[in-house]
Amino acid sequence: MIDLVWLIPVFPVIGFLINGLIGRGFPERVIGWIGSLSVGTSFVLAILIFSELLGMDAGSRSREVVVYTWMLSGKLNVPIGFLVDPLSMVMMLVVSGVGFIIHVYSIGYMHGELGFRRFFAYLNLFVFSMLMLVAANNFLLMFVGWEGVGLCSYLLIGYYYEKKSASDAGKKAFVVNRIGDFGFLLGMFLIFTTFGTFSFTEVFAAAPGKLPAGGLLITGITLLLFVGATGKSAQLPLYTWLPDAMEGPTPVSALIHAATMVTAGVYMVSRCSVLYAMAPVSMTVVAVIGGATAFYAATIGITQFDIKRVLAYSTISQLGYMFMACGVGAFASGIFHLMTHAFFKALLFLAAGSVMHALSGELDMRNMGALRKKVPYTHMTYLFGTLAIAGIIPFAGFFSKDEILFYSFERHVGFWILGAVAALMTSFYMFRSVFLTFYGESRVTPEAARHLHESPPIMTVPLMILAFLSLVGGLVGIPIFEGLNRIGDFLKPVFAPAQAIINGAAQQAHAAVSHGAEAHHNVGLELLLMGVSLAVAIAGLLLARRMYITEPSRPDKIIEEWKGVHTLVYNKYWVDELYDFLFVNSIVNFSRFLWKRFDDLVIDGIVNGVAEVTRWFGAGLRRVQSGLVKDYALSILFGVLLVVAYLVLR
Amino acid sequence: MDLASFPWLSFIVLVPLAGVAVLLFVDRRAHDMLRWIALDFMLLCFLGSLFVYYYFNPNNAGMQLQEYREWVPSWGIAYKLGIDGISLFLVLLTTFLGPIVILASWKDIKVRVKEFLISLLVLQTGMIGVFVSLDLFLFYVFWEIMLIPMYLLIGIWGNPARRLYAAIKFVLYTVVGSLLMLVAILVLYFMAGKSTGVYTFDLLKLYDFAVPVRAQFWMFLAFFLAFAIKVPMFPFHTWLPDAHTEAPTVGSVVLAAVMLKMGTYGFIRFAIPLFPNAAIDAIWWISVLAVIGIIYGAWVAMVQDDVKRLVAFSSVSHLGFVMLGMFAFTTIGVQGSILQMINHGLSTGALFLIVGMIYERRHTRLIAEFGGISKVMPLFAVFFMIFTLSSIGLPGLNGFVGEFLILLGTFEVHPWYAVLGASGVIFAAVYMLWMFQRVMFGEVTNPKNFNLSDLSAREVVVLAPIVIFVVWIGVYPNTFLKPMEPSVNKFIEHVQKKRTAIIETDKKIKLSGSDLTIALTAQRDGRSCVKPYAQ
Repeated sequence: MIDLVWLIPVFPVIGFLINGLIGRGFPERVIGWIGSLSVGTSFVLAILIFSELLGMDAGSRSREVVVYTWMLSGKLNVPIGFLVDPLSMVMMLVVSGVGFIIHVYSIGYMHGELGFRRFFAYLNLFVFSMLMLVAANNFLLMFVGWEGVGLCSYLLIGYYYEKKSASDAGKKAFVVNRIGDFGFLLGMFLIFTTFGTFSFTEVFAAAPGKLPAGGLLITGITLLLFVGATGKSAQLPLYTWLPDAMEGPTPVSALIHAATMVTAGVYMVSRCSVLYAMAPVSMTVVAVIGGATAFYAATIGITQFDIKRVLAYSTISQLGYMFMACGVGAFASGIFHLMTHAFFKALLFLAAGSVMHALSGELDMRNMGALRKKVPYTHMTYLFGTLAIAGIIPFAGFFSKDEILFYSFERHVGFWILGAVAALMTSFYMFRSVFLTFYGESRVTPEAARHLHESPPIMTVPLMILAFLSLVGGLVGIPIFEGLNRIGDFLKPVFAPAQAIINGAAQQAHAAVSHGAEAHHNVGLELLLMGVSLAVAIAGLLLARRMYITEPSRPDKIIEEWKGVHTLVYNKYWVDELYDFLFVNSIVNFSRFLWKRFDDLVIDGIVNGVAEVTRWFGAGLRRVQSGLVKDYALSILFGVLLVVAYLVLR
Repeated sequence: MDLASFPWLSFIVLVPLAGVAVLLFVDRRAHDMLRWIALDFMLLCFLGSLFVYYYFNPNNAGMQLQEYREWVPSWGIAYKLGIDGISLFLVLLTTFLGPIVILASWKDIKVRVKEFLISLLVLQTGMIGVFVSLDLFLFYVFWEIMLIPMYLLIGIWGNPARRLYAAIKFVLYTVVGSLLMLVAILVLYFMAGKSTGVYTFDLLKLYDFAVPVRAQFWMFLAFFLAFAIKVPMFPFHTWLPDAHTEAPTVGSVVLAAVMLKMGTYGFIRFAIPLFPNAAIDAIWWISVLAVIGIIYGAWVAMVQDDVKRLVAFSSVSHLGFVMLGMFAFTTIGVQGSILQMINHGLSTGALFLIVGMIYERRHTRLIAEFGGISKVMPLFAVFFMIFTLSSIGLPGLNGFVGEFLILLGTFEVHPWYAVLGASGVIFAAVYMLWMFQRVMFGEVTNPKNFNLSDLSAREVVVLAPIVIFVVWIGVYPNTFLKPMEPSVNKFIEHVQKKRTAIIETDKKIKLSGSDLTIALTAQRDGRSCVKPYAQ
């Protein structure tokens, strides 16, 4: 069965081709189900392969399947090949599973849209690219998926292409991602010149022997790859495209900009865990960027009123958590959080979409309120998602976030503080959105109120499934008790080599300073931290409740008091404007200068100048050719005189 | 008759001329008939090239399907043709685009149809001839033959406002280069003749002649100028935007797709193997110019307000990649370079077709005149998108494979050039997507765009075959890389061997104390110091 892994990405491509090439006359339902079932089939196949993988010995759960040779030139040999191991398995399950649910939801959500077929074709193409990304067995093929998801993101953000803001956002996403990809590309070049191959297994096997740990080269490779990750996963400083990406239809935000594509960077860093483990500097950079992003994006999330933007900043912040986990060496925790986040963030987006659906496209939370009774299913499921992301026990986010905070604490208390404060803010702004949307007084415009309705089952059923997953998804990774952290144990073989390198380095360091700290789990500490993070989450809830339910006038007063800070944060620290000023405008102006001054004046000036001179010469010489005999006689005379003079005088 | 020994190369060179002969006797008012005849001959030519492909042995590094006829034996001029892995796909690209070009001009050209078609057919002969000539004199003849029909295409069927300026600029630019090249060819001919006693224009024999280092520099420079103008490399590129903008659609297509490759092909077939020492010494500055071209072309393309000019400047950028990869002198880089020649031919050719189709409908190419075209021409939008993505090097399509190999091959030897070149990948996305957005997205604001008709069946037939290859090269590039590899390896090996050999003789001369000009000594030395460029 594992040998059929290549079929997993192929099914969505079939869906894409059917809908894209011959789907012109198909009714909506048919198009929607072709799209959904193609992904569903991939999911079923992924489950079958997963069960086969589970049946294998834990140590041998890694298989490569090569389909054909893609590129062959000199010593370059890149196959179209897949790597099946616990890490790629988790990713394939998440992508195809959550992808399937979102596809089904979209049948309802996109109902009646003009570009229905186009939407499903792109969505299928996206799932294909994403599956290639996570299942590839080498860097280059991963890069194909990496750029492919970027393309689909571009196409889907700009889905409402008649809206300028939408097509602008799509372009921005693509270009910012390309900046990241530039780093990724250079990282790949370095890998190839160092190892002579792009194959994951070969590179990771050779790296420890070939390169000194902590050396310049390995640090360079990992940092360059990480530049790619900051682009794709919207981390500082390349995060600016993600909030704008909310211009796309909401299922797109759920699938691409929350659950799957943006996590590609986390997956990539985890996939390269061996390389990162060898480069402590890069690890620290990853952790710091992750922690800083988690904190920074959360501050912006607090001030936004657009429900999708709140979720977008929350996504950036949660991705920051995942990177922080990778950076402190807790790769499995990062992937665990990636999975639970896929459940609850997809849920939150889809529920927000359902709210929009109910309110005829309204996004501003200031025009919502008291929707609890009107859209009960949406309310309930959104609440589940919020409880999960805030980290309330026993929802999924609690376990995964807690694990990250624990490992961050072990690495450095500073990371823990960043994470804990961000968690407080997350809980606050998420409950803020709950209260503003579903509780309090209704601020719905009369027009929207007239059409107010709960979404059809084709949308609410997917919501309920995701809500269920947000509730129980964390139970696969219960810490402390031996054997209950199933996902951790499942992923362990993948990260074991990296862990060995990290532990080895740590032991050396400990030996050097003869510091006898306990390396393994400290149960008491873990319980304590768990308690703290739960308290933090509840504090955020209560704070939000107090400000938005008990005393609804309070936020405005606070804004008034902290006007300067609020303006700064509300305007997202003016980073977009800064980038525009520094990079976009200056390059455009300089290019215009090059064109008008250099190309047209200097080069063409020389070219036309040469022609001018020739013409001028010609015009001058033409006078000599007058056709009059006396002129010629005169010039002969001059010539004779010159010759004579020369002969006489020499 | 045995098909394998049939002179297929002569066949594809001469079939277009046969078409011309037939056209001469057809009523000039029977436009459709003229077009059908021209199309048939182009198809025949393409068919012939498929036989060339069929009989080509991909494992053989040397020249294949060689043909030899004496022409002016007393001067050592011969009609000698041959093809190897380097020229194979360039020939196929040319013959593949032949019928497409005729089809694309079907509705576009309405005056002097006969002359137009004759020009295209003569051009076809000239272009194929350049790629298959193995005799420098013959090559030069084809090289110049090409120039005339292109001059006419721009000057007669071009955009009335500035077509003469553009046509003359194109010709003068090119002629300046080619005349210098002619001088260098003659110098080479006499130098080799004097030293070996055999006066010949035979390229493969001249490959084995070691030109002294100091003379190499000047001769390389002359060839460089001719080819660099054709490529065009920065800063010799300013004829290109003018020629492209003023030329009729198919003129731009042929110009971009095939004629620019004459320049890059010239380097790899003539300038580099003939003068390897000078070429290797030139690596740094040619790479610098290539990198400048990549970035400069992209930046200037970004701020154009005419779609066609934008695509023209994008060519400067793409051809910069080709030059960069070639001068890496690694298998990966050179293969990428050759593949990128094909890729550029397909995607930029297609983009010019696309621009032409919209120009036919609106008679303008100014970006500001458009907006929201996706809405009124959805099918057109799909094709345009595919070629745009191909041009910006999206993995899975052709452009990526070429650019990636070029950058990887360059990175192996000159990492910093590759780093700078790779930044062009970002800018390519910027200028193409920005243009695409302004033309295709947004609301239809210009009332003239309300009722544009989507692509006709003919136009789909024109574009669809290109899409097939765009995807094919992206998904399975080995079809194209494999037959190239032996010839590319041989090219690199030849350059390196010949270069070291010349350096060795140079040293010997210096040691022997003779301080005469190296040129003279080498002549006296006589014997060629390189292993023959095996057949």
